[in-house]
Amino acid sequence: MAMEMTAGTVQTQNMTGALPLAEDGVPIKMQAQKVNVHYGEKQALYGVDLDVRKNNVTALIGPSGCGKSTFLRCLNRMNDTIDICRVGGNILLDNEDIYDQRIDVVELRARVGMVFQKPNPFPKSIFENVAYGPRIHGLAQSKAELDEIVATSLQKAGLFEEVKDRLDEPGTGLSGGQQQRLCIARAIAVSPEVILMDEPCSALDPIATAKVEELIDELRENYTIVIVTHSMQQAARVSQRTAFFHLGYLVEEGKTNDIFTNPKDQRTQDYITGRFG
Amino acid sequence: MSDHIVSSFNEDLKDLASRIVEMGGLAETLVSDAVQALLRKDSGLAERTIEADRRLDEMQTQLEERCILVIARRQPVARDLREIFAALRISNDLERVGDMAKNISKRAQAIEGNFNSKQLALGVEHMAELAMEQLKAVLDAYTTGDLEAVEQVHARDKQIDALYTSLFRQLLTYMMEDPRNITMCAHLLFCAKNIERIGDHATNIAENIYYMVSGDHLPIDRPKKDETDVDLP
Ligand SMILES: Nc1ncnc2c1ncn2[C@@H]1O[C@H](COP(=O)(O)OP(=O)(O)OP(=O)(O)O)[C@@H](O)[C@H]1O
Ligand SMILES: [Mg+2]
Repeated sequence: MAMEMTAGTVQTQNMTGALPLAEDGVPIKMQAQKVNVHYGEKQALYGVDLDVRKNNVTALIGPSGCGKSTFLRCLNRMNDTIDICRVGGNILLDNEDIYDQRIDVVELRARVGMVFQKPNPFPKSIFENVAYGPRIHGLAQSKAELDEIVATSLQKAGLFEEVKDRLDEPGTGLSGGQQQRLCIARAIAVSPEVILMDEPCSALDPIATAKVEELIDELRENYTIVIVTHSMQQAARVSQRTAFFHLGYLVEEGKTNDIFTNPKDQRTQDYITGRFG
Repeated sequence: MSDHIVSSFNEDLKDLASRIVEMGGLAETLVSDAVQALLRKDSGLAERTIEADRRLDEMQTQLEERCILVIARRQPVARDLREIFAALRISNDLERVGDMAKNISKRAQAIEGNFNSKQLALGVEHMAELAMEQLKAVLDAYTTGDLEAVEQVHARDKQIDALYTSLFRQLLTYMMEDPRNITMCAHLLFCAKNIERIGDHATNIAENIYYMVSGDHLPIDRPKKDETDVDLP
């Protein structure tokens, strides 16, 4: 495993056996406890408590500016890159506080990968786009091993058949939907445990969207996924759990089936049915 | 409940609700007319009732198409989705109520001669009154969303069942007393059964309204079927 090869970091073996269990018996992969986020003086999140269940897709929904992306970025410390951003509270990954001093952020982001709203392949070949992560994390001992990682990642991302004959061509030359699946392959290549996706389909047509959604469903078997989406239908289609954010608060979290048939909070109801909140 | 941002979606839902109310009104009239036709032996009224039932069928078909269209275009969720499904199912029950009324009307035309017993006619009339009250109460509750009223309708269905059971016994007695009563009594028995079913449909509607409004199922068990069920085809 990559994690064990990175010297000088906290022991980060998969401790699945020791994961806390949610009330429905599903292991909890990540836990947010009383998370507050400020951008300078402005508070963006207020005391968010959220359990992310292992091998589940958790959808984060809510009106623009409610803090979905902010929350998502807390889960792999992407907010560290924003100077004015302060994060309070605890975020645990496999029971370990990811904001602990001893955590290696680069390694954390390999364990908790991210796919962005707009497909953002590097201006390099398709192969290099996927090989980059495993290479910097020292995941492959040989060229053959690297080839293998690239091929399986592309396969898992459902893209291999479409690009196998042109791995040397630039990733930016692919269609939007293909680029997004390339970015997913890139995220998978470093064997993450959790994949964060911020509106991964907003730039895609319905067919490309369907392919990514199908992929998300398949990835769930091996990964834990948190996805931000503005499409209620997408949240209903791909996720098992849904969390509704409003004005920086987590209003309601529950089974997706319940949220979309019988939400408990009036604000959730108003939002998902397209009413004024 | 506040309005949709997309106002045409509001219009769609309001349209469905007003179609249900309209169907409900027609179903009530059909039942009342059918029972009058039976008790007064008014074969003309029976004929008009049979004719009017077609209109109810048409309304149901149209409402169903509207529901499918709204689902396809709006992809409703939560309360909106429950409202649409409630409309679909309630319209189904109302259409069946119309069928019951039609059947009573046909029997009204088929029965020859007078009722030998005033008591029997009164029994049927009383059952019918109860069933119509139930129908009216449940349709009012559809408009108001009053869950207490819904639960009351649900609980009252037992009374109709009890009346049916006692009427069933009386009719059996008459049939055994004089075989010449059998045809008339058999018709009346089916009429009573139809009325009892109308009560069941009112109960179904109550359950659907409860789910539509609360998102939960009515906590009570479905009312028990009448005890004669096992003996009847
Ligand atoms: N880099 C930043 N600097 C200052 N304020 C920020 C920054 N990023 C986000 N915010 C503020 O934090 C709040 C939450 O923003 P966030 O991007 O998390 O919302 P969101 O739910 O993802 O919205 P959207 O659906 O539009 O993407 C907003 O009020 C936003 O203005
Ligand atoms: Mg965002």
